[in-house]
Amino acid sequence: MRYTDEFRDKTLAQGLAAAISAEADRQKAYRFMEFCGGHTHAISRYGLEDLLPANVRMIHGPGCPVCVLPASRIDMAIRLVERPEVTLCVYGDLIRAPGSQGQSLLRAKALGADIRMVYSTLDVIRIAEQAPSREVVFFAIGFETTTPPTAVMIRIAEKKRLKSLSVFCNHVLTPSAMQSILENPKIRNIGGAAIDGFVGPAHVSTIIGTKPYELLAEQFGKPIVIAGFEPLDVMQAILMLVRQVNENRYDVENQYSRAVKREGNRRAKDEVSQAFEPREQFEWRGLGFVPNSGLKLRRAYARFDAEARFAMHELQVADNPACECCAILRGAKRPVDCKLFGTLCTPETPIGSCMVSSEGACAAYWTYGRVRDDQVRRTS
Amino acid sequence: MSVQGYQRKLDLENGRVDLSHGAGGRAMAQLISSLFHRAFGNEWLARCNDQSTFDVATGKMVMTTDGYVVSPLFFPGGNIGSLAVHGTINDVVMSGARPLYLSASFIIEEGFPLSDLKTIADSMGEAARGAGVYIIAGDTKVVERGKADGLFISTTGIGALAHGFDLSADKAMVGDRVLVSGSLGDHGVAIMSKRHNVAFQTEIVSDSAALHDLVAVMIAAGGAGIRVMRDPTRGGLAATLNEIAHQSGLGFRLQEAAIPVKAAVAATCELFGLDPIHVANEGKLVAIVAPHLADAVLAAMKAHPLGRDAADIGETVADDHKFVQMATSFGGGRIVDWLSGEQLPRIC
Repeated sequence: MRYTDEFRDKTLAQGLAAAISAEADRQKAYRFMEFCGGHTHAISRYGLEDLLPANVRMIHGPGCPVCVLPASRIDMAIRLVERPEVTLCVYGDLIRAPGSQGQSLLRAKALGADIRMVYSTLDVIRIAEQAPSREVVFFAIGFETTTPPTAVMIRIAEKKRLKSLSVFCNHVLTPSAMQSILENPKIRNIGGAAIDGFVGPAHVSTIIGTKPYELLAEQFGKPIVIAGFEPLDVMQAILMLVRQVNENRYDVENQYSRAVKREGNRRAKDEVSQAFEPREQFEWRGLGFVPNSGLKLRRAYARFDAEARFAMHELQVADNPACECCAILRGAKRPVDCKLFGTLCTPETPIGSCMVSSEGACAAYWTYGRVRDDQVRRTS
Repeated sequence: MSVQGYQRKLDLENGRVDLSHGAGGRAMAQLISSLFHRAFGNEWLARCNDQSTFDVATGKMVMTTDGYVVSPLFFPGGNIGSLAVHGTINDVVMSGARPLYLSASFIIEEGFPLSDLKTIADSMGEAARGAGVYIIAGDTKVVERGKADGLFISTTGIGALAHGFDLSADKAMVGDRVLVSGSLGDHGVAIMSKRHNVAFQTEIVSDSAALHDLVAVMIAAGGAGIRVMRDPTRGGLAATLNEIAHQSGLGFRLQEAAIPVKAAVAATCELFGLDPIHVANEGKLVAIVAPHLADAVLAAMKAHPLGRDAADIGETVADDHKFVQMATSFGGGRIVDWLSGEQLPRIC
């Protein structure tokens, strides 16, 4: 297939693998976090870790929108959709995401709640137009990539005077989460160098550009390489990170130059800033409350805000105490370090959100990496 | 049950199914005789009994049953009717048996267009005749509007197994080859292209087909060297191989580069974040074949129109974990797991 096969070429991969092996200092351990679930997926799907030397290890970061959504927000959505007049529109995997006490939107749907899976925010507009007597609520989640479509949807809804449409906003901001990971004392306690660099977001960066990472790289002294989601992109980014570490540099480099500019996508950014403003803080599964990390609708669009419209209350829900999602999302532990992994917690019966989405760190390990871990366990 | 003369002809162009068509009265008798019997046309149905009688072969009989709830009912390459015949025939022939008879049970939603029902019944008749199989028993129920999504069909199939032949997943042995009969994911992608919320244009049509003839040439070439056959429908190749792994206690090692996938299917899967090995097929089979006969069976498959793109994609290995492993085209390794949850809703 054109435009994809070129980025999955075995020979080029072997060349990059050889370069990484040759340049990585054998006396040194390299621990790189790929922030995005899209990168985690590519690493697992293509078996990329098999091509890396033993001293270059990838840590799966929190960049999966479903994974970082706390149980409290799912519970809020379930409570909302229990109202008979509400139709809730959601993106794919969110429907299986676990709330507290074994609740999920999937269960709510089985009990009769009107929940629709949508592929695009334009589907939400269509649903609202077709059923004007329903209160159609879009469960908006995701990082900077999915925020512009929500903003556009609100603009269209306003233009079409769709009074029955609203948004339950859970959009989050990548740089704040990266900062939270680096500032976390738990991370710093492990010698302060649990992460030697970041494979930076692909699609998120097409929107926000590379500039927002510059302060982070400078402040924490960690190299960041923005990379595409194809396996060769990731390999090349790893090589660039190895070189930066070897040269004691901590720059923001752009491997994904075919899609990402330093300034990002101005039009998308404008759409977003017109509709949204930062929340003081937002709860992330695994990271807790992170300041300035979430978005809410601006006052001018308050009538589209489901939280205000339905007087939705913030719920407090404690995570399952045995679940290591928190540590895994922070890169402090690996999925196999969790007692629940593969026993109580599997893709069929997820406990933590890392197991829910196929891009979640635990689900990716479970689906693609069990053999590798089994081999590690046997040899260690 | 011939109902003639005193009743208005069934309006097969503009008419609709109503509750009387399932109520056991004249309307039902008329629907059965002028639509189903005409489409399926055979001596058993012509006798109009509540059951059909047939001779029993010596040796073993094979029986299977399957329900069809596909949405949409009509898709590129077929409809729910042809699918209900092909699918059940394939389940029979994966045992190595010759398919003989089918039964068909219809649950029809009130208001369903008679013209659509006729098209579907005609496709069933055509599909059955094409495979030398007779639909010899049936049932019709009509439910109120909103209680079924247009039409559900259940078919049961019966076949006869040649003496001494016994295919079963637990027969797979270490070192056996894994053959697939052609490109994967066509059916699932064809269905998806017609779903109202994601509709897109593609030249891909469903691979829905009866595999009895392909199986016959494979058996002629490989005989008892064919240990297992299965059609990778829901859950795709991944689910089928995981099932076989669990039944046989073995693992698999596949070569991703050898797995046939059409470019348009690969592109669609790429777009929607699907993996073609998880997508449904309705006219493909997977065969686990003894290594010394694999080349002969593969050659026989390739010589058949339904096996033109057949490929040897890997082997069975000893593995306590019963993992299906795959060497990726990129040069790494991964596990091919069951699909968690639904990938595409209601594909068969």
